[in-house]
Amino acid sequence: MTRRVVIDPVTRIEGHAKISIFLDDAGNVADAKFHVVEFRGFEKFCEGRPLGEMPGITPRICGICPVSHLLASAKACDAILAVSIPPTAAKLRRLMNLGQIVQSHALSFFHLSSPDFLLGWETPPASRNVFGLAARNPDLARAGIRLRQFGQEVIEILGGRKIHPAWAVPGGVREPLTEEGRARIKAWLPEALASTQAAIQLFRDVLQKHERETQVFGNFPSLFMGLANDDGLWEHYDGHFRFVDASGNVIADHVEVSRYREVIGEAVESDSYLKSPFYKPMGYPDGLYRVGPLARLNVCRRMGTPLADAELERFRRYGRGAVNSSFLYHYARLIEILGAIERIGQMVEDADLLGSHLRADAGINNLEGVGASEAPRGTLLHHYHVSEEGLIRGVNLIIATGQNNLAMNRTVAQIARHYIQATTGEIPEPMLNRVEAGIRCYDPCLSCSTHADGRLGLDFELVAADGRIIAHAAR
Amino acid sequence: MAAKTLTIDGQMVGAAEDQTILEAARDAGIHIPTLCHLEGVQDVGACRLCLVEVTGINKLLPACVTKVTEGWEVRTSSERLQRYRRMVVELLFAERNHVCAVCVANGHCELQNLAVSVGMDHVRFDYQHPRLDVDLSHRLFGMDHNRCVLCTRCVRTCWYIEGAGTLNVAGRGEKSKIITDLNAPWGDSTTCTSCGKCVMACPTGALFYRGVTVAEMERDRGHLEYIVTAREKKQWIV
Repeated sequence: MTRRVVIDPVTRIEGHAKISIFLDDAGNVADAKFHVVEFRGFEKFCEGRPLGEMPGITPRICGICPVSHLLASAKACDAILAVSIPPTAAKLRRLMNLGQIVQSHALSFFHLSSPDFLLGWETPPASRNVFGLAARNPDLARAGIRLRQFGQEVIEILGGRKIHPAWAVPGGVREPLTEEGRARIKAWLPEALASTQAAIQLFRDVLQKHERETQVFGNFPSLFMGLANDDGLWEHYDGHFRFVDASGNVIADHVEVSRYREVIGEAVESDSYLKSPFYKPMGYPDGLYRVGPLARLNVCRRMGTPLADAELERFRRYGRGAVNSSFLYHYARLIEILGAIERIGQMVEDADLLGSHLRADAGINNLEGVGASEAPRGTLLHHYHVSEEGLIRGVNLIIATGQNNLAMNRTVAQIARHYIQATTGEIPEPMLNRVEAGIRCYDPCLSCSTHADGRLGLDFELVAADGRIIAHAAR
Repeated sequence: MAAKTLTIDGQMVGAAEDQTILEAARDAGIHIPTLCHLEGVQDVGACRLCLVEVTGINKLLPACVTKVTEGWEVRTSSERLQRYRRMVVELLFAERNHVCAVCVANGHCELQNLAVSVGMDHVRFDYQHPRLDVDLSHRLFGMDHNRCVLCTRCVRTCWYIEGAGTLNVAGRGEKSKIITDLNAPWGDSTTCTSCGKCVMACPTGALFYRGVTVAEMERDRGHLEYIVTAREKKQWIV
């Protein structure tokens, strides 16, 4: 007789999901699955809309990382216009993406994940959250909230609003950065840097006390994928795809974004609305790869800024070639915040940033275009087909969270197997908390990642109280 | 020309006899909401937002096409009228696909402003969500039927200000739609002069300049009034 343990809903992630853990007769974990139970459908309903609306529509996919969709969408539109956007516009888009990475990572680390390992897995859910953190360590909570505010203000200063700025457009951006805006960003930098460095110090201590979590929270060999530039430096806006294996060997490099289909395949599972992309040359599901902060740090040669590079050295000691533990996504996230703040510091000294030539003008010159950028959670890809008049004919979105789908399933199973062993009675809450926290390492955004229509099957199971499946239907 | 005296919302108002209630009210500083009304072209009384109550007359009267009458007591914002106006706006929103957040006219849209002013915090009717086309065949302009409220301002502007007669209304009821020529793609129209006045006349994001993105569609409707005043009164007032 098998028994099924369901964690529903999974909390402190972006979107709706549940986890099923299947136990065998002895009470050991047979399998575990992460199901995404919400459906968004942007790939379908954008069809028929004018191309120029896409950077306005697609950011509505998400309130946490709208900027990622904004930029990937604008870049796909640039490709269809076949324009090279003005240098100032490219720099400003980069600046906004750095602000986005800071705010989203700060949210993931301080608000969503840190309560687990800073307050303790046994803390009741009612206080194991950002409010509990504020009660226990008000300075840290305030620093985290303000760090996120800094990132949000960078976005607002450029785009006029923190959430869903329709600022990047096909061919460039709409509004310039003012001198006053630049001064405001600059004034934030010392505090943001200090908060990040304090958080990194704190997390190093956490790591010493959480060796077990580092070992079992999604610690398995896999491929990693991310954007890298020609020098192999950490990249978040331009560049090409690079894949490394679990030992850090580069197995694919300089893959043009527009050729993503040569390296990425997309599989569909019947129990989830999330697509499961895989590395094509290795097939499904062996081509499992991870994206996001951990992957980007494994993929790049260096961060390209002094403080972040020094921290990257420490980080790399946790792996041989590549760092494989998903618990270290948190660490990677903090290092990326550090690197982003350093880069913002360099950018605000660039006189070009205040330029006023911001938009290239062109008609429809290509009938398809691909745009990619690094969203906080990993590589994001927008691929559009248009009619000669510029109406959307097809949309394919490859979202970071989808690319981590296989890895999240694997992580859930690994944690469940480790913590749930031959229990015949109730499974203790802290055990389930760890399974949930394993998912949080990836900071999944499900609202972002469930769009395909017409390709998904629905599977129904009627399960008797004793666990027998008495009816099964699929469509 | 004889003057008429009437009261609007209790205020004594004097008006020329050929004036409409809407004109008399606006001259007296009394606001009556409108949507299909556009300065410079004939009124058609289609949208029903300017309906007013007149003492002694059972039915509601559209202020834009009702001439003033001596001694009338007109009410422009009774509780009943406010209720009806909100309902009219809700029905407009329910009929097609008005998604303000991603519309080119967001922030510069008369329908959106009306929704705010009538207090439309939600729509009580089922959205129809029709599947309608976007015509991007014209070199300069686009027409999105999803955002059209069939006010016919563009049609009247095309016929009476530009004089081209390109735009028209085809179909009946909910199947009505704005067409160019004999329902040919706009880009194939042999009568359109590409003057763009229809785009200026549109109250929503239904007509737009090609290439504009979300919330970028701003227009200066004063141009239309300027042209009409110049032509009819020989006054070039900017």
